[in-house]
Amino acid sequence: MNKLSLLGLLSLVIRRDLVLAMRRRADVLTTLIFFVIVVSLFPLGVGPEMDMLRKMAPGVVWVAALLASMLSLGRMFSADYLDGTLEQMMLVPQSLSALVLAKILAHWMVSGLPLVIMAPVLGLQFDMPAQALWVLIAALLLGTPILSMIGAVGAALTLGLRGGGALVSLLVLPLCIPVLVFGAGAVEAIVSGTSVGSHLSLLGALLVMALVFTPWVTALALRISME
Amino acid sequence: MLEISNLACSRGDHLLFSDLNFSLSAGDLLQVQGANGSGKTSLLRTLCGFMMPATGEIRWCGQNIRELGDAFYAEMVYLGHLNAIKDELNALENLRISAGLAGCKVDDKQVIAALRRMGLRGRETLPVKVLSQGQRRRVALTRLLLSNAPLWILDEPLTALDVGAVGLMQELIGEHLLNNGMVIYTTHQPLEVAGVATRWLALS
Repeated sequence: MNKLSLLGLLSLVIRRDLVLAMRRRADVLTTLIFFVIVVSLFPLGVGPEMDMLRKMAPGVVWVAALLASMLSLGRMFSADYLDGTLEQMMLVPQSLSALVLAKILAHWMVSGLPLVIMAPVLGLQFDMPAQALWVLIAALLLGTPILSMIGAVGAALTLGLRGGGALVSLLVLPLCIPVLVFGAGAVEAIVSGTSVGSHLSLLGALLVMALVFTPWVTALALRISME
Repeated sequence: MLEISNLACSRGDHLLFSDLNFSLSAGDLLQVQGANGSGKTSLLRTLCGFMMPATGEIRWCGQNIRELGDAFYAEMVYLGHLNAIKDELNALENLRISAGLAGCKVDDKQVIAALRRMGLRGRETLPVKVLSQGQRRRVALTRLLLSNAPLWILDEPLTALDVGAVGLMQELIGEHLLNNGMVIYTTHQPLEVAGVATRWLALS
């Protein structure tokens, strides 16, 4: 009997999605440029008062990352849905949850990871201390995959709906509040001199929980959308 | 062997068909007929497990396909209205990925040979978006050549194909049936396979 191993499936789907993303670079760049512009608008709008900027930096970067990740959610399944490849993916003789996990990971690599890399540069605009920048990177590394995973559930539920793009943000944004609170909280903690451990461990716990449940829920939602 | 018993299917509140009984064994060719909206596509999608039947059962080798799950998917190929090929990739990459996902081990030589047989010589490494509708359909149909699953479920396989390609399709289906395959398909064009009696299933 033909069957692909689980790891084989993961690497095949990730490679496929990365190649597709590279052939449509504009989509990837839109998310990143949106993130950069939104964060850069704040110093211009609020004025160059260093104390205030330093204080609001973590919140601004996190909210911008959250909005930027919403921007790319629509793409996660819709292109595959429209050209029929999603249908074929549901007929793959392997676990659909594993396939969905691979798609989420690939989506994070092209939409979440660039934000993590860009964030410290933007943090400098706000005069964030070096220590805080490191914590920001760590928190974003733990947090952005959660955003992709929760977003995947929303994207799967709104697949094929008209105006799904706006709806998915309404569904997903409230669920991302804990990530925002602990992510921004970690950076504020290091600035105010308290321990960051608790914030980062809570983010880690959220990540593990999302890793366990969201691929499965997304797979169920996709099956409903295909009916 | 595929057995369908007492199958009924509905879209919303509308009952498309009910009390459908048929079976398909090795070497069988079954054409599903019916007017537009009579539920041909719904029947095929139900057979693939995309839709839940309202009542009735679909069994593969004696077991319900819902219980079989992956084991059933490993033995069938479905070709829908949509070609399921990515515009950004070329034909070779598309087929390498779809064969890989289906779990078939194919090398580039096999894929290129299959594409040439489908009349796509010289188009193997062009991005699919520059191909015509008929050529895209041919790329999608090449999936059948690369799979060794016994059950083919084809929804309107002949759309956008020219006369030559229709002939080729008849040839492919004939070969598949000789290898103990089984085919269930819908079409509005005549499709005759030499040496095989087509069975009909009319939906009304």
